[in-house]
Amino acid sequence: MQTDWIWGLMGGGLIGLAGAVFLLVNGRIMGASGLLGGLIDGSGRSNALERIAFLAGLIGVPIGIVLLSGWRPDPHVTSNIAALVAGGLAVGIGTRIANGCTSGHGVCGISRLSLRGIVATLVFITSGIASVAIFRHVLGVI
Amino acid sequence: MRLFFAALVGGLFGTGLMVSGMTDTEKVRGFLDVFGAWDPTLMFVMAGAIGPMAIAWWWAETHTPLLAERFPDRATPDISRPLVLGSALFGIGWGLAGLCPGPALAVLGFGGPGVWIFGIAMVLGMWIAPRVRGRLDAPA
Repeated sequence: MQTDWIWGLMGGGLIGLAGAVFLLVNGRIMGASGLLGGLIDGSGRSNALERIAFLAGLIGVPIGIVLLSGWRPDPHVTSNIAALVAGGLAVGIGTRIANGCTSGHGVCGISRLSLRGIVATLVFITSGIASVAIFRHVLGVI
Repeated sequence: MRLFFAALVGGLFGTGLMVSGMTDTEKVRGFLDVFGAWDPTLMFVMAGAIGPMAIAWWWAETHTPLLAERFPDRATPDISRPLVLGSALFGIGWGLAGLCPGPALAVLGFGGPGVWIFGIAMVLGMWIAPRVRGRLDAPA
């Protein structure tokens, strides 16, 4: 659609605002994989409640929006279970090894002109492009 | 208060992901599909998000956080093996499923069973990751 970029820019602004509030108020970097991962492997035990509150907002507010507005954007998740399992494992392992994902390295890292964030983002976009090229255009599984 | 703001931040983040279209795996894969019908939306989302964040970092240089002692230190600038290999692995999964951690969590409540399958596999991956990382850090 022709208006997608406007919604993208506005939604992006909200994401940036969220990251800015987390930084300026709580003094923390808004990275989804780190905030969740620290609860999974135990490394974030010292501030577990803050992580849980973030996750509750991230999961709960979209549910509230769907319930109150009736607007339910379809995520178009693939029905290929092998792709979901392999994709989930790769995302879980990869983001924790690299210490960040699209929000931490991409949004928070690039805006700080962090070399690590810029390199990580270039690498995961490049391998994402290769992944779609192979799994969609060569193998035709997604 | 910190907990209230953490929940507010999570809610704003989830709302932004929904509004921007980044909870739609087809739009995400569309951005990565440079050899097919390329969808540039994700670029606008990144631009929109980096704007406010850059202002926040600028402010952070001369202030302290409202409800914390200090801002997070810069990580060591090393472009380490785990950073590059981990990001490469993450990108493969991102392209395959069209989901990264933030959007996967944002649609958990209404995205259908596929999101849960992805989410459980992702959590399992996060649980295994310290073991994988231990091997990467070991001298070759």
